[in-house]
Amino acid sequence: MPDLLSVKNLKIEATSYPPGEPPKVVTLVEGVSFDLEKGKVLGLIGESGAGKSTIGLSALAYGRGGCRIIGGEVLLNGKNILTLGRSGINAVRGAQVCYVAQSAAAAFNPAHKLGDQVIEASLRHGIMSREEASERALYLFRVLGLPNPENFGDRYPHQVSGGQLQRAMTAMALCSKPDLIVFDEPTTALDVTTQIDVLAAIKHAIEETDTAALYITHDLAVVAQISDDIMVLRHGKTVEYGTTKQVIEAPREEYTRALVSVRQAKRDEAPDQTGSLLKIEHVHAGYANGFKVLHDVSMHLPKGQTLAIVGESGSGKSTLARVITGLLPPSEGRITFEGKELPKALKGRSNDELRRIQMIYQMADTAMNPRQTVRDIVGRPLSFYFGMHGARKTERVKELLDQIEMGTPFLDRYPAELSGGQKQRVAIARALAAQPEIILCDEPTSALDPLVAEGILNLLLKLQEETAVSYVFITHDIAIVRAIADSVAVMHRGRLVRFGPKSKVLAPPFDDYTDLLLKSVPEMEIGWLEKVLQTRRMESAGN
Amino acid sequence: MMESGPITGPVATDATAGETALRSSDLAGIPAKPNPAAEERGGTIWQRFAFRRPLAALILQRLGLSVGLLFAVSLMIFGGIEALPGDFATTYLGQSATPQAVENIRQDLGLDRPWSERYLSWLGGAVQGDFGTSWASRNSVSEQIGNRLGNSLFLAFFAALVSVPLAVGLGMLAVQFRNRLPDKIINVISLAAISLPEFFIGYLLIMYFAVEWGVATFPATVYNGMGFTDRLSAIALPVATLVLVVLAHMMRMTRAAILNVMSSAYVETAELKGLGTFRIIARHAAPNAVAPVINVIALNLAYLVVGVVVVEVVFVYPGMGQYMVDAVTVRDMPVVQACGLIFAAFYIFLNMAADILAILANPRLRHPR
Amino acid sequence: MNLRTIPFSAWIGIIGIAIAIFCALFAPLLAPFGEREVVGDVWLPAGGDFLLGTDNLGRDLLSRLIYGARTTIFVALAATVISFALGMILSFTAAVTGGFVDQFFSRFNDLMMAVPTLIFALVVLAVLPQHLWILVLVMAVLDSTRVFRIGRAVALDVAVMEFVEAARLRGEGTVWIIFREILPNTLSPLLAEFGLRFAFSILFLSTLSFLGLGIQPPAADWGGMVKDNKDGIIFGISAALIPGGAIAALAICVNLVVDWLMKRTSSLKGGRGDA
Repeated sequence: MPDLLSVKNLKIEATSYPPGEPPKVVTLVEGVSFDLEKGKVLGLIGESGAGKSTIGLSALAYGRGGCRIIGGEVLLNGKNILTLGRSGINAVRGAQVCYVAQSAAAAFNPAHKLGDQVIEASLRHGIMSREEASERALYLFRVLGLPNPENFGDRYPHQVSGGQLQRAMTAMALCSKPDLIVFDEPTTALDVTTQIDVLAAIKHAIEETDTAALYITHDLAVVAQISDDIMVLRHGKTVEYGTTKQVIEAPREEYTRALVSVRQAKRDEAPDQTGSLLKIEHVHAGYANGFKVLHDVSMHLPKGQTLAIVGESGSGKSTLARVITGLLPPSEGRITFEGKELPKALKGRSNDELRRIQMIYQMADTAMNPRQTVRDIVGRPLSFYFGMHGARKTERVKELLDQIEMGTPFLDRYPAELSGGQKQRVAIARALAAQPEIILCDEPTSALDPLVAEGILNLLLKLQEETAVSYVFITHDIAIVRAIADSVAVMHRGRLVRFGPKSKVLAPPFDDYTDLLLKSVPEMEIGWLEKVLQTRRMESAGN
Repeated sequence: MMESGPITGPVATDATAGETALRSSDLAGIPAKPNPAAEERGGTIWQRFAFRRPLAALILQRLGLSVGLLFAVSLMIFGGIEALPGDFATTYLGQSATPQAVENIRQDLGLDRPWSERYLSWLGGAVQGDFGTSWASRNSVSEQIGNRLGNSLFLAFFAALVSVPLAVGLGMLAVQFRNRLPDKIINVISLAAISLPEFFIGYLLIMYFAVEWGVATFPATVYNGMGFTDRLSAIALPVATLVLVVLAHMMRMTRAAILNVMSSAYVETAELKGLGTFRIIARHAAPNAVAPVINVIALNLAYLVVGVVVVEVVFVYPGMGQYMVDAVTVRDMPVVQACGLIFAAFYIFLNMAADILAILANPRLRHPR
Repeated sequence: MNLRTIPFSAWIGIIGIAIAIFCALFAPLLAPFGEREVVGDVWLPAGGDFLLGTDNLGRDLLSRLIYGARTTIFVALAATVISFALGMILSFTAAVTGGFVDQFFSRFNDLMMAVPTLIFALVVLAVLPQHLWILVLVMAVLDSTRVFRIGRAVALDVAVMEFVEAARLRGEGTVWIIFREILPNTLSPLLAEFGLRFAFSILFLSTLSFLGLGIQPPAADWGGMVKDNKDGIIFGISAALIPGGAIAALAICVNLVVDWLMKRTSSLKGGRGDA
């Protein structure tokens, strides 16, 4: 029996238009081959830019934004769909192969009801009558666990939540009973506690309907829960391709091993956490429109230690960072630094107070002025805070570049000429230049390749040992918290749920939210999802 | 919820494609989801109303905003003139101004009263359609305007009637052939058309159509009791000029608006459902493109208001524009103020219509949670 | 950036602008006759001594066209430069300061823009005495409302970026933030906008002159020349079309360059890359 989908030696190109230069042809994907049997799930995994979405869309013979499939074959049920004409391709799309996009919110047409959009492809391809399609939609809404499945189809996309939209999109893909569905990061835009429900719903639905799937994600732990085979991609090429069991439990390539391994950077927490360099006391904060974000938040950070603040999006963790920096003055409460209260607003703080708290951002690209060289970027705090200039300043900049393991050759580069990891290192050097006592790190590694992220974390730990700087580390990644924190604060909907030494916060007995959060983080273990769902069922049965 | 969006969005705008993008981002800022805090707080009657009927609240707000704006503009037109240097009486009399004559004139025109008093009586009259008497002709301004406003609207109406379908059609054509020859030709021609001054187009048309070939009439005289078809043939050239002036802008903006929709993720979804091109355009693109295109049209009609002024002077057409220009040359302030206010009112009204239509076409606001 | 990447259409624009500026700079050397000199009969046809013929008073049209380039370009340029300086300073201040200042400037700007530019100019020029500097100032102030609008949008785009926040957190002053952090990243779109405003100024000045409210005779300027010669049209004399065509040609040239600049910037997300 031939495979359902067989991709052979795929090559995809795109033309890029760099400003001020002649157009350039870029190869996005090269030499990628894989096979998928009926009813099986193949996970495509890689960082952004690895070409995984582009490969996924090739199963629909679609090139997004000027991508061209220029080589190889995509055989669907033994027929090469790349050679089909316009109407032939249209007969495949939406009928035999369906697509679930990352952002369902953008992918649904805001002008039409969800139900109409879900059944549209089935009707237009003549697969079923309106009654049959509506019935199937209802069935799928139930299978996917959507609330009020009878009325769900009457709602407009903006009237339901992101997690529900993602499930509705899955229903839309399943409705026409396709042979294959391409899932393109369907849970990436969701919160970790929502992700697990959607993931479970998708898994249940494709098992129930015996549909094959290409599951694209950057999260190996997620793909381990759902796929039979895994292909690891990097820079448009295959790194490793094997069964899920083999890839997870016995990875052959170094890159895969880095993806699989739990963070190697590891630190034992400081035994004494009584001192407080920075103290946040009963802070309330909100925006000018009266929307309150933080409610009565208190925590403290001893000198030379790391405080990790964890939470999902909307938990208020980034707002707390803005309050600490003075960008958003708190409405109540106070922040003390070495026992002295900091002026609430940025404007009231002296340059020396500003110097002692520095910040590192998630996106190093936007955190550095693209028109300044590394020398200017790192040098500015030196001249601003310490009045350095000329040779002395250059010397110091070089020292700092050595400290972040980059060195003199980078002195006159622009940010655009640096890689993601190098940019983040320069951002760290800029923070260090001020000789701060605290560095606020707002998800500094979450936009980076895991190998690069590992390097940044190690650098931060090394610098802490050398300079005794303290970190406030904002993240959603529990693994990072385990690796580097001394104390941990868990935030949820603007409130502090739990705070204390890492060993206490991340160990039972848990409160409900921390329990949910910790259990929702996918683990690099086959069968983890079933186990969690099993526990949940038992718990709800017990209640 | 009212505080969470830019409630006083820019109302008036130049008719360039670049600013359309700004406008649509303004719209994106309209709070789609009611802020949950509004419920907790209870809020004022207005806040509760805005929470339950966001659409009605937004429209009421735009209406109120426009009235307020018009009021402010009236104040600016009247008060701003007072604040500027230059004495009407002296200018009015020119070289022959003796102090006594100036004083007489001032009293005659009522300029000796304080300006706030004059403003209130002027505004009171304006609301009832009375704009006082012209300094130059001593006639009632309202009477003159009554006639001429009709003529101007007649001209603008036919210009709109021709240009709107033509612009939308050409815009869609450009999208259909995007980056291919027809699109490029349309792009170059429209770029050139944007650069042509109205009077140049006007005289070019006169030169060829009226003088050389004798197929059209010049000047475009219309008078009371003139037959409808005669009128139409008289305004043929001015209408053609206005159409050419406004067409390029409207077409470029339409093209941009449609392209924006066509590149959205939901159109890609429709494509990946294997739908035909026609169905994608009719069912998925069109309902979402209507709002921006209507917006474009209303904005360009507002632009038409300005184009009318020059075109009327070129064609010696007895409309508001020519009336105003003549009044400016002889510094006939009551006429200038009246015409200025009426032009501004039309401009503000059309911009408001553009905003409201865009709000109405937004499904997020039509179907609140 | 190198010369070969400039498209053909932009070259036409650049050459056209260069010719016009050349005429403006060296008008007395280039013009065969004086600006106000009556040299022959009224509305002589083109050819012979008078390459483009004569105007409604018997002055040489070509000479007036060359002198007119001087007036038109310099007045339009002066108005654009002032309007740009004014609009930029106010808009950047508004964007960086935020809060009340921003609200006040923006609402006032909305008010100014609620009246069409031409109508506003007509009302104001009806009151003010006729001087060249007043004309330039009125044009500049009215046009600066458009600059303010674009400038604020562009600056806000950049001002919300994290490197600006980083500068704020460092304690940098407003002047540093505007000139060192924001301005260098907004140059490309602003350059295009400057061209657009310049083209608009040329058209606007010509329109005002055409309506008899711009540059006053006997000084030569293209819009005024159209007005002077418009009565000839009915007799089939095309003298009015020549300065009209000059205005159109210059505006087209500027727009061709702007079109190219815009295309260049649109691929520059966040103003990066062409350092």
